[in-house]
Amino acid sequence: MSDDLTRLTASHLAGLLAAGEVSSVEATRAHLDRIEQVDGDLHAFLHIAGDAALRRAGEVDRLRADGADVGPLGGVPVAIKDVLCTKDMPSTAASRILEGWIPPYDATVVARLRSANLIPLGKTNMDEFAMGSSTEHSAFGPTHNPWDLDRIPGGSGGGSAAAVAAFEAPFALGSDTGGSIRQPAAVTGTVGVKPTYGGVSRYGAIALASSLDQVGPVSRTVLDAALLHDVIGGHDPHDSTSLDQLWPSFEQAARAGAENLDLRGIRVGVVRELSGEGFQTGVQQRFDEALALLASAGAEIVEVSAPHFEYAIAAYYLILPAEASSNLAKYDSVRFGLRVTPEGGGTVEQVMAASRGAGFGPEVKRRIILGTYALSAGYYDAYYGSAQKVRTLIQRDFDAAFGQVDVLVSPSAPTTAFKLGAKMDDPMAMYLNDITTIPANLAGIPGMGLPVGLAPEDGLPVGIQLMAPAREDARLYRVGAALEALLEDHWGHPLLDLLPADFGRHPAGADRIVPLPGPGTEPDGGTH
Amino acid sequence: MATAELLSFEEALAKYEPVLGFEVHVELSTKTKMFSAAPNAFGGAPNTFVAPVDLGLPGSLPVVNEQAVRYSISLGLALGCSIAETSRFHRKNYFYPDLAKNYQISQYDEPIAFDGEVEVELDDGTVYRIPIERAHMEEDAGKLTHVGGATGRIQGAEYSLVDYNRAGVPLVEIVTRPIYGAAERAPELARAYVATIRDIVRSLGVSDARMERGNLRCDANVSLRPHGAEKLGTRTETKNVNSLRSVERAVRYEIQRQAAILDAGGTIVQETRHWHEDTGTTSAGRPKSDADDYRYFPEPDLLPVVPSRELIAELRAALPESPTVFRRRLETEYGFTESEFRDLINANLLVELEQTVGAGAAPAQARKWWLGEILRIANSRGVEAGTLISPLHVSELIALVETGQLTDRLGRQVLEGVIAGEGSPDEVVKARGLAVVSDDSALLAAIDEALATQPDVLAKIRDGKVQAAGAVIGAVMKAMRGQADAARVRELVLERATSVG
Amino acid sequence: MPDPTAITAEQVQHLADLARIALTPEEIEHLAVELGSIVDNVRKVTEVATPDVPATSHPIPLQNVYRPDVIGEILTNEQALSGAPDADDGRFRVSAILGEEQ
Repeated sequence: MSDDLTRLTASHLAGLLAAGEVSSVEATRAHLDRIEQVDGDLHAFLHIAGDAALRRAGEVDRLRADGADVGPLGGVPVAIKDVLCTKDMPSTAASRILEGWIPPYDATVVARLRSANLIPLGKTNMDEFAMGSSTEHSAFGPTHNPWDLDRIPGGSGGGSAAAVAAFEAPFALGSDTGGSIRQPAAVTGTVGVKPTYGGVSRYGAIALASSLDQVGPVSRTVLDAALLHDVIGGHDPHDSTSLDQLWPSFEQAARAGAENLDLRGIRVGVVRELSGEGFQTGVQQRFDEALALLASAGAEIVEVSAPHFEYAIAAYYLILPAEASSNLAKYDSVRFGLRVTPEGGGTVEQVMAASRGAGFGPEVKRRIILGTYALSAGYYDAYYGSAQKVRTLIQRDFDAAFGQVDVLVSPSAPTTAFKLGAKMDDPMAMYLNDITTIPANLAGIPGMGLPVGLAPEDGLPVGIQLMAPAREDARLYRVGAALEALLEDHWGHPLLDLLPADFGRHPAGADRIVPLPGPGTEPDGGTH
Repeated sequence: MATAELLSFEEALAKYEPVLGFEVHVELSTKTKMFSAAPNAFGGAPNTFVAPVDLGLPGSLPVVNEQAVRYSISLGLALGCSIAETSRFHRKNYFYPDLAKNYQISQYDEPIAFDGEVEVELDDGTVYRIPIERAHMEEDAGKLTHVGGATGRIQGAEYSLVDYNRAGVPLVEIVTRPIYGAAERAPELARAYVATIRDIVRSLGVSDARMERGNLRCDANVSLRPHGAEKLGTRTETKNVNSLRSVERAVRYEIQRQAAILDAGGTIVQETRHWHEDTGTTSAGRPKSDADDYRYFPEPDLLPVVPSRELIAELRAALPESPTVFRRRLETEYGFTESEFRDLINANLLVELEQTVGAGAAPAQARKWWLGEILRIANSRGVEAGTLISPLHVSELIALVETGQLTDRLGRQVLEGVIAGEGSPDEVVKARGLAVVSDDSALLAAIDEALATQPDVLAKIRDGKVQAAGAVIGAVMKAMRGQADAARVRELVLERATSVG
Repeated sequence: MPDPTAITAEQVQHLADLARIALTPEEIEHLAVELGSIVDNVRKVTEVATPDVPATSHPIPLQNVYRPDVIGEILTNEQALSGAPDADDGRFRVSAILGEEQ
């Protein structure tokens, strides 16, 4: 029974809860049991709510029994990326410098989860301060990919993605500064959405780069992402950059997309610059097959060019470190966090420097120093100033592209999950991995990642990224849900049904390869 | 002969031309902070007026206080500045324990107001026009207390304590362009400039402008150059000079100190200097250097401030007159003699006077109380009279005296109570039981008692020696412990004399 | 234009001082090499950042976002100090400060 409940989507589970067929305590206990069972292998969680989650579930059950309206997702468990402030759980952003810190306030998105009666299961692992694409930069050890424990789950939100992929949680919150929701979704076979900048409050999200950060949903289905997005989204007066507007129901958009698979009239733009060299064969193949499926449903596939995307990584790795170097200055051992006093004492300056030297990991130090450099006198105009201009050029590329098409698509990531440790010594190689996801953050537009199959050569998940104009998040849910339905019709089951029960401890079997018909080559390693 | 370090002021001015510049920080009197909804208030228990953003807690975000923007625009307009069509916040990055985020949200190359001019009038009526480069919005830092060590100063302290109640209080920093031509009147002009800024912000009602509380803080830049030289000399910046008198003294001191160095063939070090009220000297602080790399960049958590023309027009229409115009008007309206008026200016009580009159008091009465009892108390305490009591309370007090509910003497007691923080004049009257006894029966009882002990008085009065009543009145007032209206007592005594017997 | 030569250890030390991070000599050497390589890559932005292109600091342009001047939620002293490494008398305690008042 326990195992069954963890296999349900959030929307399915919500239906059973509403019908009284399952209690929130049962559902929560099932997920806690699953975490107990598998998280030793995965290390997706940094903190597990345990009894607190069961207590809260019991309260929601009682509310429901008393006839109260607990909302459409009342009693459904959820995991929370450790970048979000929770006043009842440590909030560390996976950094030593915040180890054990319990904030005196909840992030707005967390407060909204609570008032929607969702049950926080715990806090998920991530790259320290969300700096990374592999979760290997967590100060508390990496998360492992449930498709293959030797591989990375993506980053920075590898914990949320792995937890959802491995049925430890039906869905989770993530944050996406340059792909930290979409890239982990790609390499774990899950769905992730980076909303329009300002669509979801950043208040209480521990800042990496303020002008790029966005909180968003991580799930196994497009509908579940939409349900969660509906809960966390909308204007927040605590965040000046929050958009003060009404949003359509993303749940309705997703349901409409799944019900109407006729995509005639939809123009899909393929970004020329996000393909070819550097893209793994099987990634390109599954991506092309997904396009074929969209075309077969009536969508018009158009190639579009975004000539300035080649400058996106450079701009991103100036803007992000610059903003981060300032955002992370607050970790100085005065008001919260780690304090390290040099031997024999020291002035406050020395204590601050020692605390930051000991409390930050190598990637955080690297980016702070880089950002300090980019902002320092004599370099600002050439680096930070130029990067801000590139940002304008990339926005113009998007504007031009969206003048021709309704949605843009690319592979979510150039490769499938790489091996743990493979890029740890080469930061630039790690940075180049973000090429597909970064442009959306620079322009503030929404992006969705969803699975399109397993790469024939390694049997690992491949994701497609959909992008829409700013404020048109609903379009992603409509097209994404349609594509998901087309793929699952074709496969006969969700991709995650193929998740190896032993988390890939044994080499991939041929039965795990999902072939697709349509144009393009037959899978290299595939069999029928 | 000057000391080894100082040239006489006269000699310094004979050889060099002083060039001044000021950065005045004004704390705005909004209800809440610049970027958080925590109270902007003085005197709370440490770290109780703080929201997450004031402590720089992870995840916290700033949101701009609309009233602070309006106040800043009003102040910019009052300084004769242009208001920027688009203005922006920047982050100024440096580490210091009183700066919660280790960056200050300030404005850099896009300030809210720029290119203004302020008329400053010296005591003898000489008017200087001070060019204003800019006025920009920023946030205040927290407060450090240094513990251990002898003086409470930072040097020698064992440790420091940080209170962030003041962190995030809205500030406007007003920066002048270099001020030339003040010559020997430079110290006087410095004082008058800061006084004018103080009068402006108070007349606008955008700040309490209490220098002793740090609501208004002045950094004074001074440099010298030989007469006729074009190139500016190296300047020093004397920080946080916290009274008008100190501004004048600090500028005078720096002129003398720098002149002595230059005279001895030395060079001035570009540095911040600290003013010491006790010794009347400045001491070297941090040298300005290339290490001051504040890495300004646009604050990504905040949006540009783009004031509409309508808003600017509305705020411009609501501006009070400038302190100079204001003085000229009051001079005419209140009909004071020039010397009476000069006293008010010297005591910096014009604004108080006008507000007291505005609250209903007669100009002569308002002048009498401010320049009399209130100024006396202020002088005895070494504070500015305007900081002791609000004009509204003074006007209420005057009304109580004018309507006979208080005598002058009782009025002074009520004033003491109000200054001691016991509440409004009415509240003090009630709490201290100071109201004039206007119940005739109580007075008559006291009068009869007094007449009984001085039986000859009635006869004298009846004989026309009315002044004999004085002895009885005195006795009655004494018996009533002063809480009686002497005029009424007199009336009653005279009535008694004619009716009795 | 930025100096195209490599980043020196002295530069890294200076940046670390500005960023208040104590680094070991090994970290400094390592960072000098890595930073040089990263900067070589990111320098690319200067190729297209011509004067006619305006800078974008916010992805979605908004302006005049304000809060009314009304007192709202604040922290108690206990909450404020709850994460403090050291506190005394309701305040945060730090060791002696080098230099002088700012």
